[in-house]
Amino acid sequence: MRPPAALLCAAILLPNGAMPPPPPAARPARAQASRRPVVVASKPFGESFLLAEMFAQLLESRGIPVERRPGLGATEVAMAALQSGAIDVYPEYTGTGLLAVLHAAPMHDAAAVFDTVQRAFEQQWGIRWLPPLGFENTYAIAVRAGTAGRYGLRTLSDLARVAPEFTAGFTPDFIGRADGLPGLAHAYHLHFGSVHPLSQALKYRAIAAGKVDVVDGYSTDGSIARYGLVVLTDDRHFFPPYQAAALVGARLQRDDPAAVTVLTELSGRLSAPVMRALNQRVEIGGEPVAAVASSALQSLGLTKEQGPAAAAPAAARVSFGAYLWQRRAALWTDTLRHLLLVAVPLAAGMLAGVPLALWLERRRKAAEPVIRAVGVLQTIPSIALLAIMIPLLGVGVWPALVALWLYSLYPIVRATFTAVRDADPAAVAAGRALGMTPGQILRWVRTPLAAPGIMAGIRTAAVIDVGTATLAAFIGAGGLGEPIATGLALNDTRLILSGAVPAAVLALLVDALLAAVEWWTTPEPLRAAARERSRDR
Amino acid sequence: MTGPAVLIERVSKSYGAVRALIDVSVDVPRGACVALVGESGSGKTTLLRCINRLVSFDAGRIAVFGTNVLESEPVALRRAIGYVPQDGGLLPHWRVRRNVALVPWLDGARDAPARADRAMAAVGLEPAMAERWPHELSGGQQQRAAVARAVAGGQSLVLLDEPFGALDAIARSDLQAMMLELRERSSLTLVLVTHDLHEAFRLATAVVVMRAGRVEQHGPPAAIRGSPATPYVSALLARAGIEAA
Repeated sequence: MRPPAALLCAAILLPNGAMPPPPPAARPARAQASRRPVVVASKPFGESFLLAEMFAQLLESRGIPVERRPGLGATEVAMAALQSGAIDVYPEYTGTGLLAVLHAAPMHDAAAVFDTVQRAFEQQWGIRWLPPLGFENTYAIAVRAGTAGRYGLRTLSDLARVAPEFTAGFTPDFIGRADGLPGLAHAYHLHFGSVHPLSQALKYRAIAAGKVDVVDGYSTDGSIARYGLVVLTDDRHFFPPYQAAALVGARLQRDDPAAVTVLTELSGRLSAPVMRALNQRVEIGGEPVAAVASSALQSLGLTKEQGPAAAAPAAARVSFGAYLWQRRAALWTDTLRHLLLVAVPLAAGMLAGVPLALWLERRRKAAEPVIRAVGVLQTIPSIALLAIMIPLLGVGVWPALVALWLYSLYPIVRATFTAVRDADPAAVAAGRALGMTPGQILRWVRTPLAAPGIMAGIRTAAVIDVGTATLAAFIGAGGLGEPIATGLALNDTRLILSGAVPAAVLALLVDALLAAVEWWTTPEPLRAAARERSRDR
Repeated sequence: MTGPAVLIERVSKSYGAVRALIDVSVDVPRGACVALVGESGSGKTTLLRCINRLVSFDAGRIAVFGTNVLESEPVALRRAIGYVPQDGGLLPHWRVRRNVALVPWLDGARDAPARADRAMAAVGLEPAMAERWPHELSGGQQQRAAVARAVAGGQSLVLLDEPFGALDAIARSDLQAMMLELRERSSLTLVLVTHDLHEAFRLATAVVVMRAGRVEQHGPPAAIRGSPATPYVSALLARAGIEAA
């Protein structure tokens, strides 16, 4: 109801009922109330969170409403969301645009890279690179100081000599992308003894603990200093320039040019030392992203008033229980959202899967091909399935619900079909011989006898959904995955646990609840057998 | 209407290359108990199942109480004919009374539970058994319940497929006595498949010896025993320890 009302107000206030021309820069806050919020997103690592939060606070300070979608999966997820208009802006790096998105050949001149990505993104998707923020954040390959000393390592060429003896821990993103490990290995004839995919946060712990010898990082990364790592020089200039910039989607450029103008105020304002210092405050100091963003904008002279977040001190070291209690409101919201992410797909999975399996039981020839086809869905990696959903359904809760629903189908269909098909053959044969119709046999004999098997499938699907739903945070669906994803990005163990512990408890509760349902739906004489089975399990 | 309860004329059935029944003709007079005997693979069970169309035959004709079975709707035909499988086939998730009441319940009879109770009494099952689960019954009690279920709908023709084969000797003998009495009292027509010649001779008014899909000999027990038609029948009798009369 709000947009029409606001339009009406505007029409009354303006002479001749004409719409105002868009003012060049900031418009007064009240006039913005009706417009669609600018959806500001980030990728799942600290610097991206911080830059996105700065974009968001800057827009808000100019009275532009903002919706935050931090921590979207990886480059593919964020780009797909931007292309489809599900998000409006997120911080990206020119080198990533060049190599990971355009799959172009590496270039080494920063200005040339920017020109190339700017032209190509504009032509292909109408996506605009705003002028760079002012710093580069290139890939950095780092080793422990001790390792560097012992092997005399200063450059990546030095590393190539000894790499076969080394164990590497790289982010999956880096291992997979052309401008990451494959290209690097090619350029330096670099072959590691073994390579482990590790998340951003785990990587640093692994190298500090001596579990891996080499990690990838970012040149503005606060953790490199924290863990006393040495960055090896890219002496063959393999890594292209990675200038940070705001990437703006076509919708925002068309509908809200004023917001785009506000975002350009950050261009050229952030140097590498400034950014590294800000990253350290978040990743090492443990200060809230919102507070760091707020104080950064103030010290840049871009905002004046003290945002409420800026007043919040860094989280005091309290017990984990007290920490959870402090976060109870967010935790409650996340838990409810998580329950939604489990309950809706599971219910839809039952509504679709059980009838499908019962139908297949009557058409045995079709059964195996259909069930296998459903099973193929299960083999799609979760994050890929979630990414596939974005062009169709945008970001947020809908693509997650659909993806989780697809995941719930196979265990339900397979278990129901098998249980119904293999239901006590003597009882089925007797029912037929005494004149039950096929439908009556299904309704009165096969289905009740199959109830424990059907419920086993539903329980499997539920547990899969509780786990997989944590990944839904990467496409902006919220839930208990959100503190996990944010905590991983910010290297905040307690934040990770504040999502992981409730998720584990939820899995146990959901399984216990469904165990009770299984008991209730199992015909009484079969319960003893079911009890035996669960004891064996 | 005094024709046979079941008339089987030149029935043949093949499973692919295997000829399970070859030109089989048998008639089952009303009130009779006809035993189909023979070794495994002789075709006796296949023939039994052709009667209520659990098996569809390739050629020939079967009439039940004068009506060609192919003209009857299979579900209606099966409800009209009682059936007792070897393992009882009671539905494990239904209490005994509900199991016995199956056919009248399927037919929508309001008095299905009462009919079940009468059928249970007729087979010698105590009323207390009605509330039990099948697995709480002994093997013999389960088969009694299966017989009760086969007659609770008022069926006058009952097909029995090795009904007592899995029971111990004492229970088997008790059940055979019960069947004799029940057939007498309720004027039932029975078609009984068994590999036990003693059982066949005790219960049947006529015995059909089958071998490899054909009828080897067909006659009253005394005739079979008195003059085995072929060396195969003699051998079968000898193996069962039955002396030629």
